[in-house]
Amino acid sequence: MKRRKFIELTGLGIGGMLIPVIGNSIPITLAAEERLDASQKKKLADVALNAAKSMGATYADVRIGRYLNQFLTTRENKVQNIVNTESFGVGIRVIVNGTWGFASTNIVTEDAIKSTSQQAAAIAKANSKFQTEPVRLAPAKAHGEVIWKTPIEINPFSVPVSEKVDLLLRANAAALEKGANFISSNLFQVNEQKYFASTDGSYIDQDIHRIWPTFTVTTTDRNSGTFKTRQALSAPMGMGYEYMIPKAKDKVQGPEGITLYRNSYDLIEDSIAAAQQTKAMIGAKSVEPGKYDIILEPNHLGLTIHESVGHPLELDRVLGYEANYAGTSFATMDKWKAGNFNYGSKIVNIFADKTQPRSLGAAGYDDEGVKCRQWDLIKEGVLVNYQAIRDQAHILNQNESHGCCYAQSWSDVQFQRMPNVSLTPGKDKYTIDQMIRDVEKGIYIAGRGSYSIDQQRYNFQFGGTLFYEIKNGAIAGMLNDVAYQSNTQEFWNSCVKICDETDYRLFGSFFDGKGQPSQVSAVSHGSSTTRFNGINVINTARTI
Amino acid sequence: MSLYSKEEARQILEKVVKFSKADGCEVILTGAAIGNIRYARNSVSTAGENNDATLIVQSYFGKKSGTATINEFDDASLEKVVRMSEELATLAPENPEFMEPLPQQTYGESTTYAEATSKITPDFRANAAANSIKLARNKGVTAAGFLVDETSVAAMMNSKGLFAYNQSTNVTYTATMRTDDGTGSGWVTRDFNDVTKLDIGEASLVAIDKALHSRNAKAIEPGKYTVILEPAASAELLRNMLFNMNARPADEGRSFLSKKGGGTKLGEKIYDERINFYTDPTHSEVPAAPWTPDGQARKKMDIIRNGVVKNIFYDRYWASKKHVESVPFPGNAIMDGGSASLDDMIRDTKKGILVTRFWYIRTVDPQTLLYTGLTRDGTFYIENGKIKHPIKNFRFNESPVIMLNNLETLGKQVRVSAGGGGVNFFLPYMKIRDFTFTSLSDAI
Repeated sequence: MKRRKFIELTGLGIGGMLIPVIGNSIPITLAAEERLDASQKKKLADVALNAAKSMGATYADVRIGRYLNQFLTTRENKVQNIVNTESFGVGIRVIVNGTWGFASTNIVTEDAIKSTSQQAAAIAKANSKFQTEPVRLAPAKAHGEVIWKTPIEINPFSVPVSEKVDLLLRANAAALEKGANFISSNLFQVNEQKYFASTDGSYIDQDIHRIWPTFTVTTTDRNSGTFKTRQALSAPMGMGYEYMIPKAKDKVQGPEGITLYRNSYDLIEDSIAAAQQTKAMIGAKSVEPGKYDIILEPNHLGLTIHESVGHPLELDRVLGYEANYAGTSFATMDKWKAGNFNYGSKIVNIFADKTQPRSLGAAGYDDEGVKCRQWDLIKEGVLVNYQAIRDQAHILNQNESHGCCYAQSWSDVQFQRMPNVSLTPGKDKYTIDQMIRDVEKGIYIAGRGSYSIDQQRYNFQFGGTLFYEIKNGAIAGMLNDVAYQSNTQEFWNSCVKICDETDYRLFGSFFDGKGQPSQVSAVSHGSSTTRFNGINVINTARTI
Repeated sequence: MSLYSKEEARQILEKVVKFSKADGCEVILTGAAIGNIRYARNSVSTAGENNDATLIVQSYFGKKSGTATINEFDDASLEKVVRMSEELATLAPENPEFMEPLPQQTYGESTTYAEATSKITPDFRANAAANSIKLARNKGVTAAGFLVDETSVAAMMNSKGLFAYNQSTNVTYTATMRTDDGTGSGWVTRDFNDVTKLDIGEASLVAIDKALHSRNAKAIEPGKYTVILEPAASAELLRNMLFNMNARPADEGRSFLSKKGGGTKLGEKIYDERINFYTDPTHSEVPAAPWTPDGQARKKMDIIRNGVVKNIFYDRYWASKKHVESVPFPGNAIMDGGSASLDDMIRDTKKGILVTRFWYIRTVDPQTLLYTGLTRDGTFYIENGKIKHPIKNFRFNESPVIMLNNLETLGKQVRVSAGGGGVNFFLPYMKIRDFTFTSLSDAI
């Protein structure tokens, strides 16, 4: 291991700022090594399954998980922290007397696994006394011994930390050079190594990767006492470090020189843009509240899809299982059964997909051993399906799970989680420029901002990162203090135009929360730039 | 094994520190045994127990530091995590803001542990759920609830000789009761260190009563209203305000506490003069660990007194740069209340709205601490001193700074968990004028 050198770089015009130079590749070898091979994991899994069966379990599954994270945190010219985390353990889920029980342990030995199985069975038995709806599992195919890996090109954990830190610090320096007062930047890297086995006869070994570079740039104006911030226009992705290497083909040109990103990201270019844009925000016009036609670009629209379509169509919410936390849903079973509930306009087609390449939710199999797939949720504006797992499929009179069961860790019980949920692009050729030209009074919104929605997913309010006023088919300048409020069904029925597939790209949510105890999951949402007519825009400026 | 005794924790930590080849290190050991039961649709849905322990090692060479964590405790794993943190530290550039660990500090007594909570069994949880479900069924409502109990230990040691240990218990119960016709919903929350203070039946009945009384809510126009906020409603807004009272962003001109032209609002009166906020780790209702995660001693301290900002939080680096004492982030927060009961407050209200809770609160503008969110699970219209009828839920856009200037009345205090952040609050019922509701929601 060689210590890195530091030199003073003046080429970027950053004066005396110290910027590290990339040293030799220093793999964190300990993070990359395998803990147990497949045969060892299979042996331990069988211990768990056999112990559960001997306790009267009619079904059992076991997940042996190793979860690796690396988080890099910087601000301005400083690295605040470099954190490697590792968590290893076993979670065992059983059905005894028609009731679920779950227990987990961080001690991965045959004895500990056996007693954890017994603990899970004892919990199931204790709860079965009060069980009124015995668990009914949809059949699942026995897959035998299979392997699935995120098809990454560069394993982020094998890239030298120095190289990653250097990139973050160069982006910080570039933003400061362009006049920003502050920037904090982060790089999150996640690797889930999980081995699943069940009494149905599946032994599934998966290796899943996710990555998220992000920053917040702040520009202050001491005279007016105001400050403006701008988040990165990156998306968290189910990719390797190749996402961090910018490619021209992945850049999408938005209005006013905004650059948007598809399957690779230019961190430095975006931090420079953020510095310039936050400067422009100070003194930009405060929005006049009222009705506008709004144009939402995918890095913004993804969050709106997530909140107003993804969550309300989770079957556990619809049925009331989330009533005490995340809430229930306006998209009740009677609306689905009617077969004609107009969730949106005719051009709205929304699908769920756990196989979408580069998406956060992509996997070969879900966390109860069901092969992942794609299915329709809204077809030509009509609600056609929900998201359901093995113990819910029968409620929809369907005979198989959709394959969207997930647990954030070996230590948490798996349950129904949102798959990637995406809006199908428009069929006809239609660009962002054409869309802006067709709007008389509107606002173009890019990037995610504030978001809030009620517990049945009717009423929502969203902010954004960048706002531009559109007057008579042209951009008329930057706006501040914009948020829009709407009702889910009204909103999707006001969807009048969607750009074509050349504009399609993914947005992601890295830390989507649900359940008690709360668990996070990561999920992507694809879309092209989309127009919604007559949306209520409020002004959020206040004086304190 | 996760609940290490003080001596066991000391032995593990001493071993880890001995492995260190860096200039120094700081090690934190946490362990927890967590049990939970979740029910919905008048039936148990999931239940589980989890035991886990984590070791966090931060190593440093000069001003270069790296952190690594692990949840295995054999000697090889302990050495591995030390080496990994050292490797990361070697890779890191110098951080001029790095602060060396503290030497041994003097801490107060801890009162965060209650033995009864540590002895909760799966049967206890199952019976609690059954009790709540039975009460719900008897009243024609559908119960959903969550009971979670945790026994935890935290210990830290560093190469400067500091050692700290704390043991803690907590139990949190929430329930949502929905009328079988789907037109009414009520909610309750209870949070204690000692489970013997928890009465599942009493709590369930509060939520059932709210559900039954919130059926067939009427819509009223959005606008500015006088509100009576239950402590569970104001908790998250006040937590968010507290979490934004850091000195550094205030000095940097990017906080609601930054002043036009530079400087901060420390020492200025920015709230109604009846607003008093303080922290006290020994408070009997909301005890907190006597030390912070970086080893500083927690002590009783004013945050807001008579509407004046008395203390904002300085981390050790910023304090050294500003030549002031560091002010660690508090482990609890207590807001002074008054003597009025909820009934008194309703009786004294000509026209207003009673809010059980807010939901999905998010920042709209960090400059003014403007937040949006919605009412949920029991919102009622008050007229001439009486609750007249339930009303449909509202979306609000409001700042806690504006809210605490529009204070009418302070009522009795209640312990509430403000939904994350590890800080428990003891907050009063509050009557606030001109609270801004901006749109209606059909959600029940």
